[in-house]
Amino acid sequence: MADDEEIILSELDDEELVLQMHDDLYDGMKDEIEEGVRILIERGWTPYDVLTRALVAGMTIVGNDFRDGILFVPEVLLAANAMKGGMVILKPMLVETGAPRMGKMVIGTVKGDIHDIGKNLVAMMMEGAGFEVVDLGINNAVEKYLEALETEKPDILGMSALLTTTMPYMKVVIDTLKEKGLRDDYIVLVGGAPLNEEFGRAIGADAYCRDAAVAVETAKVHVARRHNRMNA
Amino acid sequence: MRPDDGRLSDEGLAPEGAGRVRLIACGALAHEILALKRANGWEYLDLQCLPANLHLRPEKIVEAVEAAVRAADGPVFVVYADCGTGGALERKCRELGVEMIEGPHCYSFFEGNAAFAAHADDEFTAFYLTDFLVRQFEAFVWRPMGLDRHPELRDMYFGHYTKLVYQAQTEDPALDAKAQDCAARLGLAYERRFTGYGDLSVRLAELRP
Repeated sequence: MADDEEIILSELDDEELVLQMHDDLYDGMKDEIEEGVRILIERGWTPYDVLTRALVAGMTIVGNDFRDGILFVPEVLLAANAMKGGMVILKPMLVETGAPRMGKMVIGTVKGDIHDIGKNLVAMMMEGAGFEVVDLGINNAVEKYLEALETEKPDILGMSALLTTTMPYMKVVIDTLKEKGLRDDYIVLVGGAPLNEEFGRAIGADAYCRDAAVAVETAKVHVARRHNRMNA
Repeated sequence: MRPDDGRLSDEGLAPEGAGRVRLIACGALAHEILALKRANGWEYLDLQCLPANLHLRPEKIVEAVEAAVRAADGPVFVVYADCGTGGALERKCRELGVEMIEGPHCYSFFEGNAAFAAHADDEFTAFYLTDFLVRQFEAFVWRPMGLDRHPELRDMYFGHYTKLVYQAQTEDPALDAKAQDCAARLGLAYERRFTGYGDLSVRLAELRP
């Protein structure tokens, strides 16, 4: 097929359409993704299958190419924006159809930090993987985290920071949890450009997550371990 | 001769081989260091710059600095702030036995680290530019962020910022006007703050034999 030939999504079979949606996600084509989602739903796909096989799988390719230095932040943002378009359509259907729930996460950027690109990507991919996500936004003081943990009772607390000057605040939050005897009630995951595994360990987090894909996999492993412990 | 900004961004600046202390610096600081050297007659400094565009992938800064330090003969001083390395550059310098300038970013030590830290709580919604970054706004902000191709991304990047602060090292009305234009393009309020060379000047003077 010539590159400049217009592709009619509705004329593609399921397999071709899903592959085309991966390409469209890669290219950040929001309108095409929304159209693809609607077509698959009309063909009787479950919302969960559309989410995982078309959107999450496509976004995983984007994430891998970002990790490998093939794609850069603008392209990832455009892809994320396209995926978000598809998620908006799927979200109410996922609730209605009772898609599998993996667990619950409260996530937020720490106090003094307004950067949320990475945090938003993690939140979106966690939702895509079946986690319920409560996003506290940016500039969160320890009180805000504590209040959300009390209200939402999540399995996971996620904290994000982009600045060298704000990342130490994650330790303030974890130390406060320890003081209140709450630390072991939650899986604590941390992430952000200047962080690394050593920092995650030093502040007492359960894990440092390099990117959104790693965050999802790490969350799944820790939640499974937690459930196993509770059922033992 | 004044080094070209484009070359400082992509290639850096080779040392002259004269001067007792080798400065291994970010290309974004070349003009300022050379201006200080000229104004103060600091002939003991030999400036080598690494490409300023390492800032677009901060995870590469540490290995680039390490390679330059290992290749240098004699005393070395590293003129990089933490620059988004999360303390990794400081740890590496300690391991290599060389000193570096203190501070989280160049716009912090230009203002003076103490002064910058003092207003951190009130000014965390500010986006900072230095003289170099104003001159190189397209190469370091506009194009790498894809805003030239996708202006709709502006809010995803800058939606939570409220103002652009131009930390001016020199009195230059043309740069002031350009910085003001940068603020307008990002949809941010504008503030100019003259800093001069701040802690950079103090720290380089301390290297005097």
